[in-house]
Parts: sequence; structure tokens; C-alpha cells
Amino acid sequence: MSEQPRKIVIVGATSAIAEHCARLWVQGKPAELILIGRDTSRLERVAADLKVRSPQSVCNPLRANFLDPDAIQTTVDGIAAAGKIDIVLIAHGALTEQEDCQNKLRTCRETLDINGISPVLYAEAFARHLAATSHGTLALIGSVAGDRGRKSNYVYGAAKGMVTRYAQGLQHRFAGTGVKVVLIKPGPTDTPMTAHLKGQGAKLASVEDVARQIVLAIEQGKSITYVPGKWRLIMWVIRHLPDFIFNKLDI
Amino acid sequence: MRTISSWGRLSAFPHQLIALNDPARIASLLRDSPKPGIAYGMGRSYGDVCLNPEGVLWLTTGLDHFIAFDESTGRLTCEAGVLLRDIQRLTIPHGWILPVTPGTQLVTVGGAIANDVHGKSHHVSGSFGDHIERIRLMRTDGEIIECGPHSRPDWFAATVGGLGLTGVIVEAEIQLRRVAGPWLDTETLPFADLDEFFRLTDDSETAWEHTVAWIDCISGGMGGKAGRGIFMRGNHADVGQRPEPKARQRTMPFTPPLSLVNRLSLRPFNITYYNLKKWRAGRAILHYEPFFYPLDNLQEWNRMYGSRGFFQYQSVVPREVGQDATQAMLREIARSGDGSFLAVLKTFGNRQPPGMLSFPQPGVTLALDFPNHGDKTHRLFARLDAIVRAAKGRLYPAKDARMSRALFAAGYPRLPEFLNYRDAGISSELSRRLIEN
Repeated sequence: MSEQPRKIVIVGATSAIAEHCARLWVQGKPAELILIGRDTSRLERVAADLKVRSPQSVCNPLRANFLDPDAIQTTVDGIAAAGKIDIVLIAHGALTEQEDCQNKLRTCRETLDINGISPVLYAEAFARHLAATSHGTLALIGSVAGDRGRKSNYVYGAAKGMVTRYAQGLQHRFAGTGVKVVLIKPGPTDTPMTAHLKGQGAKLASVEDVARQIVLAIEQGKSITYVPGKWRLIMWVIRHLPDFIFNKLDI
Repeated sequence: MRTISSWGRLSAFPHQLIALNDPARIASLLRDSPKPGIAYGMGRSYGDVCLNPEGVLWLTTGLDHFIAFDESTGRLTCEAGVLLRDIQRLTIPHGWILPVTPGTQLVTVGGAIANDVHGKSHHVSGSFGDHIERIRLMRTDGEIIECGPHSRPDWFAATVGGLGLTGVIVEAEIQLRRVAGPWLDTETLPFADLDEFFRLTDDSETAWEHTVAWIDCISGGMGGKAGRGIFMRGNHADVGQRPEPKARQRTMPFTPPLSLVNRLSLRPFNITYYNLKKWRAGRAILHYEPFFYPLDNLQEWNRMYGSRGFFQYQSVVPREVGQDATQAMLREIARSGDGSFLAVLKTFGNRQPPGMLSFPQPGVTLALDFPNHGDKTHRLFARLDAIVRAAKGRLYPAKDARMSRALFAAGYPRLPEFLNYRDAGISSELSRRLIEN
């Protein structure tokens, strides 16, 4: 039996983590990738890179709206109509400054939209099609920031917390079916989004390592994965700290 | 502002970091830079060529995209932040390899061009810049300069080995070399002294593509003939498919307060290393990664020199005086009591380098590392400088943190010509130390 290349959809394909996942997916065996993003030239750059890495793979850049529910619906329906989907990775987001969110409601709103509402809308649109085929893995990138609100990034954290709660519900919905829902919670990772944190003390995880663990978690269909793994323990402690201690921490 | 050190860990000063991730935005980021900056890739250069305290560093590792690769010609186009490791992992399965790589492949293409790095193949393949067909250089005023050995060759010669000072390298086209696979036919030969080293290296130059020697710089002691060591040579070999070695990544877990390379440790280190290698001498088929980049699997090995960091001292002197000068340097080092574990000796081929400030020149190059012991180390360097200068040699800026302007000017006679190509919006700690601004 000749194996069909897997069909993988990546929303937010120009994000560093998603891109490194894509590089791993085309390594060794060809895949069919649909790369969704907002900026055509950046998408084409990612697609060209993947084509060099894997000339046999198919990489289709697809510019799409991230916020309009109708546009998202049309985009996702179009992809699903073209054939059975094996993996969906929803990876887009933007790390804004907490201070800007506090000072400007517009920034606050945008942060909630792009990190919370938008991933949920995309996931929901894909969920319907995965349910119909009872096949495929839907992976969402949350964050350790979604585990407990902290003064340094609680607006971003609230959006990511929404993704966490949403994924939990989706896992409940698809329990016992052929569809797997994977929630990934990366700790601070060395990406363009965090370039300004470099050398700040806390050691950032390398994006290659984070991507490797995400791809593995998706293969295994694990429901919740912290990357690097140490964050599971750290966040367990943070979540369980009583307020009178937690509120004294400058984190 | 973030604290940044180079590989030698000699200083740690705040820098303002600006990531150049999107090629479409580089021009505006450079133009709007609040202060002069310098491109910063993997930070593998040892001294201050990649540093700019209180100024800006333009981070290039986000420019890590391949653009095109032609499997039939071996021509690769990529962004400047791509690592040499990633190029080779991509192209070797297709039968192509970089003709020149330094002792680590964890460096960016941009850094390899700007320092015109060399490797064990210099006598056959020259330096990194000899295999670059085109560079896209972005000036801080927004001008884009496309240059290569045949188009705008003056800009090309200024930029290859130009220490990042002519503009930011954003893209390059590289000509790879055909190779059968990832394996090398290697031979390890112990030698007793420099006479024997030079005989070995001369004998190997025509038949072996890669040659290098490790020398035990404290053997022999003061009166004796320092310079026993281990000569290694290799050729790419077609040995069919073999299971690739599983490289185990380790990390130096912490920075010890004092250097682990010190008077107490060095002698047993060197004796053990020499004898281990001597015992395992002979022919062997090796994978290219352990052969070329033995330290790449020990992440952050630079920490073993302790919290004060370490210096690299790499010189090249013409061949006619090479043996005497090398002998004299080894004698000075033995006398100082300080020593070097990573002492590497190699002969460069008889060819002109591609860049105005390229380091390689025909002759003998000696690379040494020393834990930073302050004045004492600087006094030793002053004595080594005198030997290099008298021999009409020069030091490698990519490794330097302390040479004088006079030595730099004497070693690099094309410096005045180079200055015409500098970008006024670019400055580094090294440029201020050696060229005034």
C-alpha cells in the first residue's frame, strides 16, 4: 500500500513554533501542508523554505482572516472540502505588553481576540469537520500563562486560559471518538516573540526542542503537554500556592 | 537592555536587542535604529567583534530560511541566520557538503562570511568566502548591495571578512562541494615534535583534504623541544550506508568559580589526551560531525573556564619563519606556566584570501586558549605579539579581545582601503577598539 502524504493544516504558520513543527513534519517523509497566516509574503517565505527542505512535499500558503467568524468558517470549510485532514495545529498569537493592555483598552481587546477568541473560532470550525470523519488530531497552543493569572501578563494569560478551558471541553466532547484534541502549554520559548526577553535571567527553551516535543505530543495524542516538561511541576506549584504567598511574589 | 557576552565570556554588558526576523522589515529597523549597531548571530566569536555595549545588536538568528537549493549544481541560497549545521543536515543526504567549516557548525552563514572563517581544508578549499557566489548586503541607510566575486567585487572583498562593518548581510548564495556521504576516511598520527609535524603536514597536503593537529603545549618543559601532538587527517569517503552515530547532547551545567583548565589540571589533561589518542592512532571511518565538530555536543563548554572567561589567541605567520615562530611561542607559553588545552596547529595553503581583512594567509596558524588571569595573561600575550609581529604575522579578529591597533594595522595592510566601505551606522566594541569608531 502506498502511503498517502498526511494532510496537515497550520493556523499561524509564520509563528516560530509552528514553523519549526512544519520543518519536522516534512523531515524524512513528504507531507501536504496548508499554511494559514495573515501576511502573504511571510507565508511564501515559510513555504519556500519548506519546499527546499522537502521538495516532494506540497506547501500551500493561504492568506486568511483571523477574527471574522464568517471568513474563518469559509476558509475552514474550503480546506475540509478538499479532502480528509489528519492534523490541525492552531498556533497563532501575539504577546503584547501587559502595561499596554492596562493603559489601552484597544490593546487589551486585541490581545484577547488574537490569543483567545480567534484560536477558539478556528478550532470550532475544524472540530465540525473532524467530527464528521471521526478522524484527525486537533492541537492547540495554550500557554503556562493560562494556568494562573499573574500581574505581569494576565490579559494574555486570560486569553490562553480560555483556550485551556475550551480544549478541555472539546476533549470531553470527542472522548471515545477517533478525534484527538491536544493542548500544548509552552513555557517561555526563544522565538521572535520573546527576543526582548533574551538574557534576562530566565533561560528560554530553544524553539527546536519545543517543536520536537509538540510534534511528539501530537503523534501520541496526549491531552495536555507542558513543554519543556518541567513546567508541569512549576505550574502545579504556582496553581496551588495560597493567595497570601502568591500575592507577595513578583512574577 | 539585556546583558550579552561573547563566547569567551570576558565581559557582560547591557545591549539593546533588535530582532531582524522579517526580511521585509530589516531596512526600516536598521534605518530607525536608535543607536549604531552590529549584527549578532550565534555569539560564537570569542572576543568583541560581535559586541556593542550600550549600543544595539541586530539579532539575525530569526533569518533562518532556505530560499532555494539546486540539487544538480549544489548551489544554495539562504538567509544569513541559517546555521551551517542545518545546511549540512539538509544537503549531505543529497550529496553536497560545505567545502569549508570552522570547528563548530553552530554558527550562522552571515557570521561565517563576516569573519571569513576557515577550517581543516584550507590548503585545498581556502576560506568560507571562497565559496560564496553572492551576498545581499543591507546598509543602514536602506541601500541594498548585491555583490559577489564577479559583480561589485570591491564590495564583496570588503564584506567577506569585513567583521560586519560594511552593512548587515541578509542573504547569501553558496556553492557546495560534491560528497558521497557523511563519512570520512581518517587517520590519527602522533608526532614527537614540530619537525615531525611539519613533515607530516607537508606530506599530507596533496593527498588529504582535511588536516589539523592538536599540540600538547606544555610537553617538553622549558629547555626541551615543546610540540609533541596528534596529527589528524581525513578524506571524504564513499563507504555506503552505515548507521549514523547517535550524538548525545550534554550541557556544561554551571559556571565554576575558578577555571577547570588550570595548572593542576592541564598536565594530567594533556598527558591523558595525548596517550589516549596515541593508543587509538591509525585509520578509522568517522562521521563528519564528530570529526569536524567534536565540541558541538557539549553545549556551553565555554563555561569550564570559570567566571572570568577565557581568551583565544590565534595567529598566522608566514611559512618560512613558521617553525621558529611556533617554537618560540610554545616556549613562551611553557615559561609562563599557563597553558592551553585546545591548542591547534595547522598550515594554510598558498593562496590569497578573498577579503580585504580575511585572516588566512599562506603560513602556519596556531590557536590557543587561556583562562583569563588578568595582567598575567596580558603579559604573556604581549610577548606572543612580539613574536607574531617580528614574523610579519597577524591575529584573528574573530577570536581577539585585546590586540593593539598597531598590531592590527601591521597585520592587515588593506585596512585603509577597507575603510571606504564602512557603514556609518554600524559600530562594534572591536571597531571602536581597533579602528576608532
